[in-house]
Amino acid sequence: MVTILEVNETNKMIEQEKLDVRTITLGISLLDCCDSDLDALNRNIYDKITRVAENLVSTGREIELEYGIPIVNKRISVTPIALVGGRACRSPEDFVEVAKTLDRAARDTGVNFLGGYSAIVSKGMTPADEALIRSIPAALSSTERVCSSVNIGSTKTGINMDAVKLMGEIVRETAEATKENNSLGCAKLVVLCNAPDDNPFMAGAFHGVSEADAVINVGVSGPGVIKHALEGVRGENFEVLCETVKRTAFKVTRAGQLVAQEASERLGIPFGIVDLSLAPTPSVGDSVAEILEEMGLESVGAPGTTAALALLNDQVKKGGIMASSFVGGLSGAFIPVSEDQGMIDAVNRGALTLEKLEAMTCVCSVGLDMIAIPGDTPASTISGIIADEAAIGMINNKTTAVRLIPVIGKDVGDTVEFGGLLGHAPVQQVNRFGCADFINRGGRIPAPIHSFKN
Amino acid sequence: MSKTIITVVGKDAVGIIAKVCTYLADNQVNVEDISQTIVQGYFNMMMIVDTSGSTKPYAGMVTELDNLGDTIGVKIRCQREDIFTKMHRI
Repeated sequence: MVTILEVNETNKMIEQEKLDVRTITLGISLLDCCDSDLDALNRNIYDKITRVAENLVSTGREIELEYGIPIVNKRISVTPIALVGGRACRSPEDFVEVAKTLDRAARDTGVNFLGGYSAIVSKGMTPADEALIRSIPAALSSTERVCSSVNIGSTKTGINMDAVKLMGEIVRETAEATKENNSLGCAKLVVLCNAPDDNPFMAGAFHGVSEADAVINVGVSGPGVIKHALEGVRGENFEVLCETVKRTAFKVTRAGQLVAQEASERLGIPFGIVDLSLAPTPSVGDSVAEILEEMGLESVGAPGTTAALALLNDQVKKGGIMASSFVGGLSGAFIPVSEDQGMIDAVNRGALTLEKLEAMTCVCSVGLDMIAIPGDTPASTISGIIADEAAIGMINNKTTAVRLIPVIGKDVGDTVEFGGLLGHAPVQQVNRFGCADFINRGGRIPAPIHSFKN
Repeated sequence: MSKTIITVVGKDAVGIIAKVCTYLADNQVNVEDISQTIVQGYFNMMMIVDTSGSTKPYAGMVTELDNLGDTIGVKIRCQREDIFTKMHRI
């Protein structure tokens, strides 16, 4: 029988330490919606999403109420649209029509984001992949809830540098297309290497072709809970520190596992995975940066930051793995700048640079995330940053991603407000030396050797 | 069906348990266990109850108990037991 102490501990986590389930994401395969007629394709897509996800939001609310744990987001991911639309869409404009259909389906099912306006081009691009990628600026500026991702490399295939070059241009064009809104379109666009098929987190979520027709994936959270637990072991050695993170991660993940199983049962849709990522929000006390500082860093970005993050990420996995029957997705600590007050503060005090963030991405997921950069950053420089991140992912056999926001009309020293969970960000300095000749070479970087690791 | 945990936290006052129990009795909810402490002047009670005999929808009970808490001046939460057992038991 549970004790009053255990009940109070759980409720304290929820009420004071911001424990929540970050997202229930319903993955839906759209492969059976393919048609050569664009109108028929749009109709099939709308009908399937609204049918399968009809009860997603209401079921999420029900679980929230009955267990007393907030479920912050209910979302949908779909099959990469470049695959679904290949037959019907003959131009980027045709793909934009599909994006609008997805937006309508998202709005009518009540979810706040729908991911999967995506192309997987790790090795090469089909004409459909390229048309979808070229449609991204128009798609993201004419929709509200659609998220887009492009996978440009993997450990098995190497890096598609033609796609890297194109994505640098597309990120810039998306920024231009949404400049009235602080280039917000770029917050819904992520470039990945080694993208997982079952990621429940936006903007990189899509429903991979290896997945079943529909599946429930859940993303847990809980930076505040871990931070609070660490406050109780100040000055203790690393063994105690690691054990504390592990035990706490176990508890946090169990809540996610329970919600995933309940949602799966009530919706009659198979349970896929729990994603163990520690996901921060802009509210105070819900920050990954604060955990690292609680470990003993004066500020995130100080020497020791990469080691602290590596330790945190690994212990969260060790605790979480045992708490869940299936673990997947990104499963690592997120370090987005605009969505984490501790990270924002570190940038503002001059402690955290883009280069240090890049180093941190070597030991955690997911990459350079939600970073505002000057609006005049050249496309080739953005491509260079994407290539660097992809290389880290490719060589280290892990997912990495880039979600940069070149804010048109803004420069270093300015702050940009994105609103809601997307938060706000100081515009950060980017290395001013160019890499255009490197990016313009074209072609592919071959897959790395998997032996002689060093 | 799993049990339900009702927690009541707030400033101590006369009749808190009576009011909560009256509501539960009116809705055919059986109380199986009660534990209670006072922490720093605050009333802290946990009840383990069985709602299987009640005809009231679960969500309705959660909301009504929350409202009852507002009128008494305490915080009443009504949650399925699984959230606690899953978290604290292997």
